[in-house]
Amino acid sequence: MLKGYGAVILDGAWLTLQLALSSMALAIVLGLIGVALRLSPVRWLAWLGDLYATVIRGIPDLVLILLIFYGGQDLLNRLAPMLGYDDYIDLNPLAAGIGTLGFIFGAYLSETFRGAFMAIPKGQAEAGMAYGMNGFQVFFRVLVPQMIRLAIPGFTNNWLVLTKATALISVVGLQDMMFKAKQAADATREPFTFFLAVAAMYLVITSVSLLALRHLEKRYSVGVRAADL
Amino acid sequence: MIFDYNVIYEALPLYFSGLLTTLKLLALSLFFGLLAALPLGLMRVSKQPLVNMTAWLYTYVIRGTPMLVQLFLIYYGLAQFAIVRESFLWPWLSSATFCACLAFAINTSAYTAEIIAGSLRATPNGEIEAAKAMGMSRYKLYRRILLPSALRRALPQYSNEVIMMLQTTSLASIVTLIDITGAARTVNAQYYLPFEAYITAGVFYLCLTFILVRLFKLAERRWLGYLAPRKH
Repeated sequence: MLKGYGAVILDGAWLTLQLALSSMALAIVLGLIGVALRLSPVRWLAWLGDLYATVIRGIPDLVLILLIFYGGQDLLNRLAPMLGYDDYIDLNPLAAGIGTLGFIFGAYLSETFRGAFMAIPKGQAEAGMAYGMNGFQVFFRVLVPQMIRLAIPGFTNNWLVLTKATALISVVGLQDMMFKAKQAADATREPFTFFLAVAAMYLVITSVSLLALRHLEKRYSVGVRAADL
Repeated sequence: MIFDYNVIYEALPLYFSGLLTTLKLLALSLFFGLLAALPLGLMRVSKQPLVNMTAWLYTYVIRGTPMLVQLFLIYYGLAQFAIVRESFLWPWLSSATFCACLAFAINTSAYTAEIIAGSLRATPNGEIEAAKAMGMSRYKLYRRILLPSALRRALPQYSNEVIMMLQTTSLASIVTLIDITGAARTVNAQYYLPFEAYITAGVFYLCLTFILVRLFKLAERRWLGYLAPRKH
């Protein structure tokens, strides 16, 4: 199929999935840290969290990818000699891609999480405090479990945007589905065929995610009565 | 790490011409995108399944695939067909600017159509019933009641879409155009100063984003003032 490039593109699709899932995992961690900062009563911590969310969301993903990938490589190679390491360091595109996308989407997720946290009645956190829980316990035992249901619609959106943004990492040389398609297109001079095939693959990924997350939302909303309109 | 301001200072004209390209791409794609989104949004609220499904399929496919793939399909992909290469459209379809605008306009039209459809569906039923009671025809109902109020209420969401589009135009640099990102890539390629080059581009985009947010706030105050919370 696809002039023998079918397997190559499937290989790339696997890499795309790995990239998307790993960067989402990192983004969730960073998003939680970000939202903890933003909702913190300590002024400068809240300011730091807001700065992260505002600056990252105001700059195109592509610019951030280029900045972190090339800038990060430059920084590493300037710092390494100081630590007594003299070889030239080449960033692994997959690791760099995960780091970059995780960092970018952590900012978007912190916004999604912030909305969800703010929708939880204040009494919940207060009840936790009244039981003698400390800040960490209140955050992870009381707030996070309730926040998940409220965050799923926004999370679905973030996940779909992230999946599509993985295509941009091919620009800095990661051999994902998009990169492989470009190679196949150049070799066979049939770009339309290959880009259409890749578009279909992305559509499959986004469709499956939509169905899965809709199912998850239903499960997390089991105890909640929907508004009867 | 010391910033090399001199190089950036000398490259500022390049960045400003990039800014013009970015704004041109943004304005053209938003204009044509909105033009296409209006009928698509109306199709999405149609009760005829065939009409509705056609528009649904369009927005689903466009919103489910990456912008980069769409851009490559148009810029590199269409050249595969001899029929395209020999047609009268070829002078346009071989131009990166035209392809980028076309791809961006198609992309934003799908997202905007969904925004308009959502806003139309959220119209209070009473408004429609009142219009019908006044004896308005379907056309008049849309022109006088539904569209004016739905388009206004779509403004906050549309401002998000416009800002997303601003960021999307950075993809034009991948198909050789020198927009703000393209300027940064040129500077980085010449002097190998990734931090200076891309942070400058980032500052340009941040400023543009803040200006757009400000403009939309003003527009909302002008056209959406009646929905603002009471001040006292």
